[in-house]
Amino acid sequence: MSGHWYQKRSIKIAPYLFIAPNMILFLTFMIIPIFFTFYISFFDWEILGGAQFKGFGNYAEMFADDVFWISLWNTVYYTIGTVPLSMVLGLAGAILLNRKIPLRAFFRGVFFAPVVVSLVATGLIWAWLYNPNFGLFNHLLSMVGIEPIGWLTSKTLAMPAVIITTLWVRIGYCLVIYLAGLQAIPESLYEAAVIDGANSWQKFWYVTLPMLKPTTVFVLVISVIYGFMVFDLVYTMTNGGPGHATTVLVQYIFRKAFVEGEMGYASALGTFLFIIMMIFTLIQLKLGRERS
Amino acid sequence: MKAAPYKTGFIFILLAAAAAVFLIPFVWMLSTALKTPAEAVGRDIHIIPKQWMWSNFTDALNAAPFMGYVANTLIVAVFAVVLTVFINCLAGYAFAKYDFKGRELCFAMVLSTLMIPTQIVMVPNFYILKELGWLNTYVGLIVPRAAEAFGLFLARQYMTNIPNELLEAARIDGSGEFSIFTKIVLPNVKPLIAVLVIFTFMWRWNDLIWPLIAISEKSMYTVQLGLAMAKGEHFIDWTTLMCLTLLSIIPILIVFLLFQRYFVQGMTTSGMKE
Repeated sequence: MSGHWYQKRSIKIAPYLFIAPNMILFLTFMIIPIFFTFYISFFDWEILGGAQFKGFGNYAEMFADDVFWISLWNTVYYTIGTVPLSMVLGLAGAILLNRKIPLRAFFRGVFFAPVVVSLVATGLIWAWLYNPNFGLFNHLLSMVGIEPIGWLTSKTLAMPAVIITTLWVRIGYCLVIYLAGLQAIPESLYEAAVIDGANSWQKFWYVTLPMLKPTTVFVLVISVIYGFMVFDLVYTMTNGGPGHATTVLVQYIFRKAFVEGEMGYASALGTFLFIIMMIFTLIQLKLGRERS
Repeated sequence: MKAAPYKTGFIFILLAAAAAVFLIPFVWMLSTALKTPAEAVGRDIHIIPKQWMWSNFTDALNAAPFMGYVANTLIVAVFAVVLTVFINCLAGYAFAKYDFKGRELCFAMVLSTLMIPTQIVMVPNFYILKELGWLNTYVGLIVPRAAEAFGLFLARQYMTNIPNELLEAARIDGSGEFSIFTKIVLPNVKPLIAVLVIFTFMWRWNDLIWPLIAISEKSMYTVQLGLAMAKGEHFIDWTTLMCLTLLSIIPILIVFLLFQRYFVQGMTTSGMKE
């Protein structure tokens, strides 16, 4: 009997002990930092000591800062350039692969491989492909008589070049998620549609797409967040340049904080980005509720 | 539903063409890595090097202290995998199988951070690492990111399916709560552990931003940090850089080829929640 009361008590205590390591790390490196960012943003805070309260000063500076607006625009540009294209091409690839076809696993592996490669490696490989003097792309263009193009050194082309690189990574991601979504659609729905006389296009429009809606919402949210958080690729390929042509929000925060040492200002930018993320999360929750 | 053979053939050709395009960057990297530096910047394009420069790899390893970076990254990745998988499974189990005060609140807190990437909190985390004396240490790279919202979420979801009878039977036999976890729960969730191990390894191996913040001493560089920094160094040519890039992606490609199934599983279940 004595084991009994002992067990009862340990059932009460055990879950707290089990979640403790996780919760402590969460609080220390996620929750507290969120509030800490907010706090620092009200100070003129140098990287090595020296903090002075300045109220909303950093925010006032932020809204008057051209580079902030440029980096916000670039982030939106990058997101709009990458998200719809990677989703549409990923879905198209998934539909093509969702059938009995030779080498199916091989194709899926090839499209997905860039997803597991680090963005630093991806950035370096593509920077080499884009190299103005010796890169493969300019070699190929010269064969049809086109002059070398400074892909990553041109203010107008640098961002599209980074976007194309991103597509190489993101199409495979969307494809794999869509493929799983397609495989979950019951075959009976298509059979019913055929009995009703639906052609391929109608089957796609009235069965496939509506059934994929949850998948689409998921891929969309993850992709938009990915777009807003882009850093590694830009850091390795262009470091934000030429000029500010590829400066995006996270990279601007990084530069302000760790290159220029303006932690207060960087935190104001971080708070701004945090609020955007919260808005995305709320939209996602709302969309999620609609579908259930 | 039987598709016409010409249709299958057409789709196959389409997929093969797309796959060829997707492979170009890999092929070109491999090709550059094996050419002489002079040939790599030559005017004409050929994929197969005229002279196979296997010595490029040994040269590259001498040019950059790359093996040191690999050692650092492996130390970080291995310890991070053990710690991450253990504490996330433990917490996931508690959230899935115990009734306790504050459960919903704690879980909601974790859930709300699922969409908040670490990039947002890099500034305060720099100070927290500094206060703890964890800058330029392995601990600073391993511990802070061990509590993963994704891992915890996946673990809780998976643990919910463990039958309660199994746990109750063990309790009647007099097992303690922790030994139920290690002896009964963990052996029953091997696929979950596989997914968590693979993803944690991939994230740690590929991570740039955390090492960028936590590490400034060259002797502590990880592979990605070393690569990112190597690009700016003028004495490193493209042949060397492609060698290092190739070496850096080989481990993750091997893991990927061996465990493709788990990658796909993890990617598709991670967000299919609610």
